[in-house]
Amino acid sequence: MSDLVCENLSMTFANPQTGVKIEALKDINFSLKRGELLSVLGPSGCGKTTLLNMIAGFLNPTAGKMSLGGNLIEGPGVERGMVFQQGALFEWLTVSKNVDFGLRMKKTPESESSKLVEKWLDIVGLQGFGDTPTYQLSGGMQQRVALARCLVNGPDVILMDEPLGALDALTREKMQSLILKLWKETGKTIIIITHSVEEALLLGERLFVMAPRPGRIHKEYNLPFAGKGLTKSLRDIKHDSYFGEVREEILTMIWDMEEEIMGGV
Amino acid sequence: MFSWLSEERGSIAAVIIVTLLLCLVISIIIGLKQTSYRAKDEVFGDPERTLGGWYWTLTGISSILLLWFYFSWGMARAFFPETGNELCQAAKIDTAIAPITAALPINSRYFKSTTLTRRNLEQLEILEKKLPADVYDKAEQEKLLKIILQSKQIIEIFSNPKNQSSDSIRAFETIQDGFRELSKTLRFGYEGLIPHPEALTQPKWGTDLTEIPLLPTTPRGVLLDKTSQDAKLLTKIFLKTRNNSAAADALIKTTKEMINNIKKSNESSDFEEDILSKRSAYVKAVERIFRRLDDGTIFPPSALDNLSNSVNDFFLAIAETRGSLNIIDRILVPGDGVVKSKTQCTEQGSGRWLPKPTDVIATFVKLANPDIEGGGGYKGSTLLWWKWIQIADILAFFIPDSLIDLFPGDYGRHSETGVFQPNFKDKALALAQGDIYLGAVPMLDGHIWDSLFRVIVALGLGIGLGVPLGIYMGISRFFKSFFDPIIELYRPVPPLAWAPLILTIFGIQDDGKIFLLFMVAFAIMVISARTGASGTQLSKIRASHSLGASDRQILRYVILPNAMPEILTGIRISIGVCWGTLVAAEMLAGTTGIGFIENVARVVSNYELIWVTILIMGLLGLAFDILMRWAIVKTIPWRGKG
Ligand SMILES: Nc1ncnc2c1ncn2[C@@H]1O[C@H](COP(=O)(O)OP(=O)(O)OP(=O)(O)O)[C@@H](O)[C@H]1O
Ligand SMILES: [Mg+2]
Repeated sequence: MSDLVCENLSMTFANPQTGVKIEALKDINFSLKRGELLSVLGPSGCGKTTLLNMIAGFLNPTAGKMSLGGNLIEGPGVERGMVFQQGALFEWLTVSKNVDFGLRMKKTPESESSKLVEKWLDIVGLQGFGDTPTYQLSGGMQQRVALARCLVNGPDVILMDEPLGALDALTREKMQSLILKLWKETGKTIIIITHSVEEALLLGERLFVMAPRPGRIHKEYNLPFAGKGLTKSLRDIKHDSYFGEVREEILTMIWDMEEEIMGGV
Repeated sequence: MFSWLSEERGSIAAVIIVTLLLCLVISIIIGLKQTSYRAKDEVFGDPERTLGGWYWTLTGISSILLLWFYFSWGMARAFFPETGNELCQAAKIDTAIAPITAALPINSRYFKSTTLTRRNLEQLEILEKKLPADVYDKAEQEKLLKIILQSKQIIEIFSNPKNQSSDSIRAFETIQDGFRELSKTLRFGYEGLIPHPEALTQPKWGTDLTEIPLLPTTPRGVLLDKTSQDAKLLTKIFLKTRNNSAAADALIKTTKEMINNIKKSNESSDFEEDILSKRSAYVKAVERIFRRLDDGTIFPPSALDNLSNSVNDFFLAIAETRGSLNIIDRILVPGDGVVKSKTQCTEQGSGRWLPKPTDVIATFVKLANPDIEGGGGYKGSTLLWWKWIQIADILAFFIPDSLIDLFPGDYGRHSETGVFQPNFKDKALALAQGDIYLGAVPMLDGHIWDSLFRVIVALGLGIGLGVPLGIYMGISRFFKSFFDPIIELYRPVPPLAWAPLILTIFGIQDDGKIFLLFMVAFAIMVISARTGASGTQLSKIRASHSLGASDRQILRYVILPNAMPEILTGIRISIGVCWGTLVAAEMLAGTTGIGFIENVARVVSNYELIWVTILIMGLLGLAFDILMRWAIVKTIPWRGKG
């Protein structure tokens, strides 16, 4: 039922000064079943963020259409939560007030919302930080607040644009486990954009490698690692021989694409 | 209690000065010790080095206060309270014999007679050369030359000791003897002299409108005062003395006649206009010099030598009498000393424009005293106090009378029996006009409050209207494009440049000033709110859209708080600019407020009042700024950390 379907999606940006048109995306077709975890890879400027912004409803496609569970997507909505690269937290609010934001906008009764906030802070491992101002948190903690703020609203799809890009390696690994755990426990549909091939392989049940000019889906993989990651340590999976194989293949693919872009300049 | 403090301000100052000196010395010693101790483990250029120098703060404050005491003559008054009065008595002598000293080379290089002679001769030479041959005929030219020659001869006669008038010889001897006598009296000393009882009841130095008490309060002062009165008699004789000998008088008489003849011929005959004006101009120039000679104030130097000696000796005698006063005058009284004018003795130089610290405090206390009838406050209002105001008056302010006119029905009429029974509409009108007693509420009052009130109301309006508009301008194309030109056009004009116009339109009382300040605050608030609103990160807006916030909710819960730092900074700037503009506007026009006090003080040259208002304005400005800094830290602790 809650499938995410994109048909012939295209997006063309026109530079208002020069009039030059950029085909950020062209003829994107895919559908995502409920509870699937999709990771998206691709060289810089291939339209990953554009795609995500369109699904979130921040941008209108120039052609094609998208639907979630049969409903056309025509603007932002609570059923599609977004986690940005940097938390985009409201620094004038405390941690729990940030998490509470969506509920407050819906006018959820205080007694109910405070329980929910408490629960989600627990799940992301921020118990006891409720009254802390967000500017006093570390980068990893801020991303966890952003996750909780998104999840407390009960979205069907979670969209993440390089959510772990600004974190150090160790924190990043912990956050990857957290995302897998949340995915398993909540059964949400998740789209995650990343620059790290390893991260894409570890998290993605499905994986799109995108190519630029015009932005399109270059190759698609179905991967087993996300399921394994729930039981095995992430570091062990990286030593898997198939993992190494796919990683090398994708790296070469992206390398060639980058080469083409740079060479063309 | 206050009057005692006021009376004893000299001694209080002495205590303060000693304390300050101690502070200065101790803080310098601590400072030097700390410096040599800390220098070991400090690197030059490290900003940490500026921390913790309270002792240098203390040094700075005490030295500036001590300098203030010194240059305002506060030290002289604190330790030698009679200095002013004695200097005043000495100044009386200077004033009394000023005409005599001016004639002698005492405070100048030349005898006045020498200067006169030189200048007149020089000008006669010039006139001789410039004799206009084209407008005077030969005979007249000769006559004019003769007048000039005779004028020179008059000078010659005056300068020759042999021709000195016997009257003047006798007068000079009298004056000389007079001065010798005075010198002798001075040297005899002032022991046993007693000030007049009335003198001791005068207000003390600086405690009254007449700065320095005029009557002598010390034995030395009594002697100097007495001397000045006697010297005045000698001056009278001197001013009457003329050097007109018979020979001089004869020559003066004939010269005068010759000048008159030429003048008469100018008047009677009908010359062309430009010739006539040339002729009379020349005669006038000749006559002007002659007039300076005919009053006989030129004397031979030798005749004045003796007088000069006796006056010099007189000055020596004064200096001896002044004794210790000379040292105090030289060390503790910077500036030009005390000068006696017709009615009063005044401090000159820094003593005049820099009031003594304790006097400034006394003036402040007087201004702050809410008891207007008891002599407190200024121009019918104190600095900051409270009063009852009628609730009815407040209501009347907000309800326009014309609103009541719109009510249905007519106003009441008096009945046949001549009784007036007010109906509903009449009662409503009474409310709109504040004629009903509805109780009273306490309200602040005074000059400071009047100034503050204007700023607060204007700021409130500026914030209330400016922030919403600014926020909409930050997010809406229509608002931005529509209002930008209007605001950008009036904002760059210095606020005071608007003042004459605004004060004409809205009146010089509160309305005009509040509107002027409102214009200032409004522009600043609009611009800062706009900057704050347009600076909201797109990702925050998008996040809140995804979280289900409506447009209004985003405005209220995301854009407004996000603009808060800019808004508060805007308020802080507004307060500063409003305060500055207000004070200047109050100086332009009005009848209350701090700026008004300073303006009146300026007109009447009341330097203490000027300094008091300056200090009040500085302290209030500082208080505003501290308040705002505190508010900023309290309300937006995330600033610079987001
Ligand atoms: N608002 C916009 N106006 C004009 N062009 C845009 C706009 N947003 C994106 N583009 C262009 O669209 C293309 C895709 O941009 P996008 O941000 O989606 O890339 P990306 O894959 O997310 O890159 P990165 O990995 O660096 O984040 C780029 O060439 C970019 O220049
Ligand atoms: Mg991107």
